[in-house]
Amino acid sequence: MIVVERKNINDILENLKGFKKILLVGCNGCVGIYQLGGEKQAIELAMLINMGNKLKDKKIDTKAITVIRQCDKQIVKEELGPIITDCDIILSLACGAGVQTVAEVFENIPVIPANDTKFIGAQAREKGTLFEMCIACGNCILDKTGGICPVTRCPKSHLNGPCGGVYKGKCETDKERDCAWLLIYNKLKLSGKLESMKKIASPKDFTKAAHPRKQEV
Amino acid sequence: MTKSELIKSLESGKFTITAEIEAPKGINTEKIIQNAQLLKGYVTAINVTDCPLGNVMMNSLVPCHLIQEKVGVEAVLQMTCRDRNRIGIQADFLGAAALGIKNILALTGDHPRLGDHPQAKPVFDLDSVQLTMLIKKLNEGFDFNGHKLEGTPKFHIGVAATPGADPLELEIIKLEKKMEAGAEFVQTQAVYDINILDKFMDAVSHLSIKVLVGVVPLKSAGMAKYMNKHVPGIKIPEDIIKRMEKAEEPIKEGNTIAAEFLKAVKGSKAHGAHIMAVGTQQYVPTIIKQAGLI
Repeated sequence: MIVVERKNINDILENLKGFKKILLVGCNGCVGIYQLGGEKQAIELAMLINMGNKLKDKKIDTKAITVIRQCDKQIVKEELGPIITDCDIILSLACGAGVQTVAEVFENIPVIPANDTKFIGAQAREKGTLFEMCIACGNCILDKTGGICPVTRCPKSHLNGPCGGVYKGKCETDKERDCAWLLIYNKLKLSGKLESMKKIASPKDFTKAAHPRKQEV
Repeated sequence: MTKSELIKSLESGKFTITAEIEAPKGINTEKIIQNAQLLKGYVTAINVTDCPLGNVMMNSLVPCHLIQEKVGVEAVLQMTCRDRNRIGIQADFLGAAALGIKNILALTGDHPRLGDHPQAKPVFDLDSVQLTMLIKKLNEGFDFNGHKLEGTPKFHIGVAATPGADPLELEIIKLEKKMEAGAEFVQTQAVYDINILDKFMDAVSHLSIKVLVGVVPLKSAGMAKYMNKHVPGIKIPEDIIKRMEKAEEPIKEGNTIAAEFLKAVKGSKAHGAHIMAVGTQQYVPTIIKQAGLI
């Protein structure tokens, strides 16, 4: 799932300055499931912005609506099309792909993000923490690394084992973070696949991750 | 091209000593030259660090060149994967070869998060195994993608290892890969316990690699405790910490401990020692003399 984090409210308000009819658009895709940018968050943020703005200017009106998936052009067009004429700025609570889809569909209306898009993550067993699991590098090596991604989970994206910074199983960049390569080593050892670690991994081909990427569907 | 003095010394079977100095934080090169002069005659080669911890310092190629040209001691150019992609690294290596640098220590590099520019983008286009492969390719007369070079560099490749790593098996797997990629010598993380060194030497006995054991002279008991707590792979025995605590002149005691350990290293299966006395280079000759190695 794509994980987002709310921007500072003052930064959001600064971006909304001068606009009278504000439409907040939530997304019930990834960010909705994790309750980071779904229907509830859209309504709450709209109330917050309304409260702040009404004190300064009674004419400012803030509404909220939520679509199933903001990264789907067709859905955005159909669900937002009929009501969009009544707004002069859109504040999107989706990920970066959602924000850009809305911006492309409604080319004469400014669209701004309410969130910072952070990573593709999964929920840990301990409730409430999402961990980055995949950076979408375009060249998956999970078959060789025990299903644990060193490109994402090692801050140095090492492909041939741990660096000298592993201390008591933890990473030099964060004492709370497990060394990805130690996890890989343990997993490969337990599953009888340690041999796959002994082969030198060649440098990554970054043409596969060169921005911007595309995919025919 | 002729072999480096460092490799010749290691291959001759002579107990070989190298030392490490830090590049300046600024543009003053006098201090490095002075430090290198102090070490001349005591060490076979001098390493210059590559922005340790990710702290901005002078490009280590410049001090390496000055040490070779002005002082007449061979240098070991340390190169990390942190700040340069494969293009930048090769460009620096070609320049290094043109200036007569013969030894490289190929390192991963500390994460920028640890240094004085934590906001910097970490590069890590390569890891230390792949960096070793890259140097080997240059030595064959080609760039990393197989394009022919005008003139062929001849670098001797050193790598790092942590004898006190846990689990050691994982450390050895990585060292085996570095060997396969072309490493000739290893300069290790600091060791204080001869048992740890012996275990490590047994674990690498199947590899034809030359091992220079890391020696870091202690300056205080506090430093020893700090290292035990925070530096990966360092295990300073309790009796050494007690000696440092009791010492009236801790620096002198630290040097004595280093000299005793150097002597023990000489008696081990290792091929030499790498003394990392950052900020206290002036004591290195004393330590070497005290160990009876000169």
